[in-house]
Amino acid sequence: MENCEIVLAGFGGQGILFMGKLLAFAAMLKGKKLSWLPSYGPEMRGGTANCHVIIDDKPIGSPIVTKPSVLVVMNKPSLDKFEDTVAEGGYVFVDRSLIEGEVTRKDVKPVYIKATEIADSIGNRGLANMVMLGAVLKTTGVFSLEEIEETMKKSLPAKKQALVEKNMEAVKKGYQTV
Amino acid sequence: MGEKVLMKGNEAIGEAAIRSGCRHFFGYPITPQTELSAYMAKKMPKIGGVFLQAESELAAINMVYGAASAGVRTMTSSSSPGISLKAEGISYIAAADLPCVIVNIVRGGPGLGGIQPAQSDYFQATRGGGHGDYHLIVLAPNSVQELVYLTADAFNLSEEYRIPVMLLGDGTLGQMMEPVDFDSIPEPVYAEKPWATNGTDNKREKNVIKTLYLDAPELEAVVMEREKKYDIVKQELQRYDAHDTEDADVIISSYGITSRVVETAVQILREEGIKVGVIRPITLWPFPEKAYKQVHPKAFLSVEMSTGQMIEDIKLACECSAPVYFCGRTGGVIPTPDEVVQKVKDILKEVG
Repeated sequence: MENCEIVLAGFGGQGILFMGKLLAFAAMLKGKKLSWLPSYGPEMRGGTANCHVIIDDKPIGSPIVTKPSVLVVMNKPSLDKFEDTVAEGGYVFVDRSLIEGEVTRKDVKPVYIKATEIADSIGNRGLANMVMLGAVLKTTGVFSLEEIEETMKKSLPAKKQALVEKNMEAVKKGYQTV
Repeated sequence: MGEKVLMKGNEAIGEAAIRSGCRHFFGYPITPQTELSAYMAKKMPKIGGVFLQAESELAAINMVYGAASAGVRTMTSSSSPGISLKAEGISYIAAADLPCVIVNIVRGGPGLGGIQPAQSDYFQATRGGGHGDYHLIVLAPNSVQELVYLTADAFNLSEEYRIPVMLLGDGTLGQMMEPVDFDSIPEPVYAEKPWATNGTDNKREKNVIKTLYLDAPELEAVVMEREKKYDIVKQELQRYDAHDTEDADVIISSYGITSRVVETAVQILREEGIKVGVIRPITLWPFPEKAYKQVHPKAFLSVEMSTGQMIEDIKLACECSAPVYFCGRTGGVIPTPDEVVQKVKDILKEVG
């Protein structure tokens, strides 16, 4: 799928908003219409965070995603909160290392990834979001690995360019596991 | 079109203000507007501008009063409770006929309310907000790109008419990111400012900017003179977007982010063959009355994130030519397209 409505959710500090920003930025580079909307509030590390990303060829109406075609969850409360909202036939990406429960709905396509474990195995638990992103790319085909790498290079500030390689390593791990 | 950048609404306002010649920003942090202040804090020192975080909203607006008196382009921003605090200063600035831009990234109210997006400051914005006979020009963008365009317009209009301009956004617009192009924004048009208190150089009579008139007929004359200006603005500045109004059974009005929810609803309704049209006010004051004189729906529908503050403006504008219904959420809740779709269907059952 090229066009989609995505909800990404998890704990603050897991890089949920960053994952959404990469998808939004990649869409912009591709000349797509898009919106990126974060949850905001008394947020803190360890609290919940989510963001809504819409990618389309037509101008975006409401930037609020009410029926995501792609849901990415990195904690149990997020799975509980958003599972019912997913559009029929939509994808639900679950970080299996952090969420024990199953996707209960039968009309959506669950994808389980041991993202946090995989991130640990390459030496940085903070890259679990990038592992999840890799799985999303492979499964949905929304962007290619090359497009995401280009996005990272163009969106990250100069002093963070050194992180592109490590981030891409995690993205590729996620890409290969599904 | 130049190259697009991905930016939050709040930051985009800051960049647009700087490109519009604003070099004096006085702020005080409040969610969900703080990124604008933060952007100005980062950028202003690098370009020789002034960023000042005041000790309170009251101080910030009075610094704007001072800067505007000196004839420079100046701006302040806040969110609902903070705007209430600024109301006294805004009344003074309006009374002194000074140009400035005030940004309100609205959150739920009344009182401290909440921090989620709302549109419940419509009355406050369109009726002045402070005391006395005055109006602000009120602009209501519905995308990050339009935030940028209208920020540039706000400075120009404010100088042209010598009326403070309020840019009325909401938490969603402030927080969301969309691609934005800055190269296409309106150029700054600087007005002559012979009234500015920027030093006489011993070459002219001194200028006085004041709002106190103890002689009643004198104050009346000053107020009536300003009223003439408001009449001109009402004639010249009504802005709106409209589509599919000609054969519409129901015309939906909404502004700001809510109009985006409405567009999604309109798409769904049209696919079902239901005739709906849209009038989206872009200037909330002056309200785009003329848009409502040319249309003949069976009903109007106002969709807002409030308890229905725009309804009476629609009733006045359409001269009650059709009933005006309401659909909305408040307190920080955003209506869904489905709620709007259902409301339109319910209305059609009633009006046939």
